[in-house]
Amino acid sequence: MIVNEKIAIDHGLKKDEYKKICELLKRTPNITELGIFSAMWNEHCSYKSSRLHLKKLPTKGKQVIQGPGENAGVVDIGDNDAIVFKIESHNHPSFIEPYQGAATGVGGIMRDVFTMGARPIANLNSIHFGSTQHKKTKNLLRGVVHGIGGYGNCMGVPTIAGQTSFDSSYNGNILVNAMTLGLVKKDKIFYSKAAGLNKPVIYVGSKTGRDGIHGASMASASFDDKIEEKKPTVQVGDPFTEKLLLEACLELMAGDSIIAIQDMGAAGLTSSSIEMASKGNLGIEINLNKVPCRETKMSPYEIMLSESQERMLIVLENGKEEQAKKIFDKWNLDFAVIGKTTKSKKIELYFDSKKVADIPVNTLVENSPMYDRKWKKAKLPKKNKIYKDDINNLKIIEVLKKILSNPNICSKEWIWQQYDHTVMGDTIQKPGGDSGVIRVHGSNKAVAASVDSSAVYCWAHPLTGGKQVVCESFRNLISVGAKPIAITNCLNFGSPENEESMGEFVECVQGMGEASSYLKFPVVSGNVSFYNQTKDQGIKPTPSIGGVGLIKDYTKMITMDFKEVDNVVLVIGKTEGHIDQSLFARVILDEKNGPPPEINLFNEKNNGETLLKLIDNNLIKSAHDISLGGIITAVSKMCIKGNKGINLKKPKYLISEIEYFFAEDQGRYIVEIREKDEKKVIDILNKNAVHYDELGTINENTLFLNEKTKVTIDELKGFNTKWLKEYMSN
Amino acid sequence: MKSAVITFPGSNCDRDMDVALKKFGFNNKMVWHQDVELPKSDLVVLPGGFSYGDYLRCGSMASKSKIMQSVINFANSGGMVMGICNGFQILVETGLVPGVLLRNKYLEFICRNVFVKINNKNNGYFKNIINDVLELHIAHNEGNYFCTNDQLKEIEDNAQVAINYCDPEGKIEETFNPNGSIKNIAGIFNKEKNVLGMMPHPERMIDPYLSGEDGSYFFKNLINNLK
Repeated sequence: MIVNEKIAIDHGLKKDEYKKICELLKRTPNITELGIFSAMWNEHCSYKSSRLHLKKLPTKGKQVIQGPGENAGVVDIGDNDAIVFKIESHNHPSFIEPYQGAATGVGGIMRDVFTMGARPIANLNSIHFGSTQHKKTKNLLRGVVHGIGGYGNCMGVPTIAGQTSFDSSYNGNILVNAMTLGLVKKDKIFYSKAAGLNKPVIYVGSKTGRDGIHGASMASASFDDKIEEKKPTVQVGDPFTEKLLLEACLELMAGDSIIAIQDMGAAGLTSSSIEMASKGNLGIEINLNKVPCRETKMSPYEIMLSESQERMLIVLENGKEEQAKKIFDKWNLDFAVIGKTTKSKKIELYFDSKKVADIPVNTLVENSPMYDRKWKKAKLPKKNKIYKDDINNLKIIEVLKKILSNPNICSKEWIWQQYDHTVMGDTIQKPGGDSGVIRVHGSNKAVAASVDSSAVYCWAHPLTGGKQVVCESFRNLISVGAKPIAITNCLNFGSPENEESMGEFVECVQGMGEASSYLKFPVVSGNVSFYNQTKDQGIKPTPSIGGVGLIKDYTKMITMDFKEVDNVVLVIGKTEGHIDQSLFARVILDEKNGPPPEINLFNEKNNGETLLKLIDNNLIKSAHDISLGGIITAVSKMCIKGNKGINLKKPKYLISEIEYFFAEDQGRYIVEIREKDEKKVIDILNKNAVHYDELGTINENTLFLNEKTKVTIDELKGFNTKWLKEYMSN
Repeated sequence: MKSAVITFPGSNCDRDMDVALKKFGFNNKMVWHQDVELPKSDLVVLPGGFSYGDYLRCGSMASKSKIMQSVINFANSGGMVMGICNGFQILVETGLVPGVLLRNKYLEFICRNVFVKINNKNNGYFKNIINDVLELHIAHNEGNYFCTNDQLKEIEDNAQVAINYCDPEGKIEETFNPNGSIKNIAGIFNKEKNVLGMMPHPERMIDPYLSGEDGSYFFKNLINNLK
């Protein structure tokens, strides 16, 4: 086939990009080469629209061992231990084929982590679906949950936390973001940088099939009416093989034979070989006839672009092939020497003794396109006036019932009971808390992780929303007693070619950068997913933040369940009564306009660090951050989990009960303390200039909202736990 | 006391079992599925996981593994063999214990705590245990125990039911049945009671910071019985 502009465009390349390829090569590429360029230059692999802006994120810190640019980020947790972690999207495939899409998303992110020598110790996920009324939602939710469970459960890695939301903006484009944490010894981290000449290039894992060809390109385009036709671009997962691959790789890594290792993820053999060569400033020569294939007569084009799962590429020390092969034989996995490193700085591919591709590595990587897309700055919306009459007529119990049973608030037990969250025997805080917590096996340390996003705030004002989501992650870690270390981000946005969507991206990134730099909470890994839209309808901007923190002594971990009757409950942080963009505004007032709650970074940091001090001094019995749904939602969950009630009182400075209970002001936590510690706690809060209100006193089993209104904990439980189960069983 | 845990390709609770056995004083060895001989052991454990990906029937491939002939011989000569979760599925496939394990009634993987009532204490596993009810943990997709009426009669006549799903007080009712098992059966013995297969994971309940400590009572009692 002779390549021309039309074929290039069919590969998702732009006219100018095709012209640039011909200039760089000083000739017309052949079809295999064109396929390679299209795979490397698509948005998913090249970050061509986002690179410019991502550079502004803070990525360094005292504990950062590896920032963005590797398979995953790495942070130091002391005693020669390090945590490797990353979050990644698998949105498009999951919408087309929810089970396999979600399963391979989980498989892919685990590979990114164990490629670096780390044993995966926890999975998390952030999943977003369309309206609960939409005809596809139920099936997509069921398929995604089964897929995540199917893969993670089989791997024997606990799924310790997650987030699920429903919003009509995801009707035509759901989001599936998967995150994995791995544990590695600091002096045994593996990287993807090839080094040395004539070193054998080894292919291990599953055989290459025709699945997932052009998966990365599919992920870099918007959906249209023909999405069903894209099913063949979705990869098929085999968690059993991945479990074997994990054990085999870790066994090989225990020795000293690996120079570089890279998993074959998006764009398969193409991106893995090119990344290793590019980082090592070398060339790689591959004989494609040596690649283990699942199907007959696969062409070089298909072999290079297949996204078959569970495969790895390794550059090995000379003479170690036999020893390495033995390990992969033991685990029944393919092992093939398919090429070698060269000094040519080119990717040279051979098939049937003919050279089928010859591309300088730098043309694919450094010379890949980078765009400064046009973007539109978002204005801060005007505050809404809330009419007293609207509020005064509301029955507060009815409102509470609606909020607690709202799909975005209700208990997600139906989901996480399908994930094995206890395998490996170190899960000390399971899903449903502020963060999942796992012990570092055999030590006193524990690692906390959470995943957050606030699409509504980001949509209302991207700059504020970007800051908010980082702060929420910070708070979720602190609420369990963990010191926040670093974050990974998965940036889900619409088309970068649309000025508004691009503006949302730029400003969310700016907000995230400001917050993470102020909070010393750097970004160490992540991914960007653009084109989350069907036709012209984009999703709400949804950056997902995966936060990781350390608890030095796991016996000091905090949970949110109320512990003891007569203990005192405080709200840390000030309640101003911000109702705009709150769940209350949307669900009860049907009001979608207005600004999101303001972020005060000084207060965030100060309140959070002060709470950590209180926890360190053993003064806190339970804690929970206040987010979606405000104080009343947070306190209800603490009651439900602890099977206790509370007598609430409203501070005098706020006029309305509704504002106090449902406002979503930021930087706030609810904490339980013993009466005898109250003075000590208040002293520390005052000394650190942290605002607090007294919220109430814990009782046996009833939530007293005021003298007149009460609700039993069993009723609260009913509001909160029934909705999702009933929705999924109808 | 010596124990051995078999690792099949796809086993993923083998390490957890190793940790638990050692914690309660066993001298445990890990045994690879392609080995032919078992090390000298007082207890052999088939751990949980997804042996061979559970791609055929759960446990069926593993039941034909090289090591299994030795495990079967060991069991037939009276050795204690315990299969947990996937290990139970493997035992069923070897025929060492009767019945089959179907997919959970609601077709979903279930991971949560359950209560089980100990039905028979006249055996090496539960003799002398002070608890009547244990809070254990399940994590499985195919734990729905099934057998024919004739088999059920035989199992009951021989007191082969080891544990049943129940409420915290030990009441055995359908409401407390997480997966649809016949008669709430969570674990059964062979006729001689030296082979035990059960779905719940005692090794995940050995620490107050995990989901609870009832697994500790089980293991402490087990090693004392073996002494």
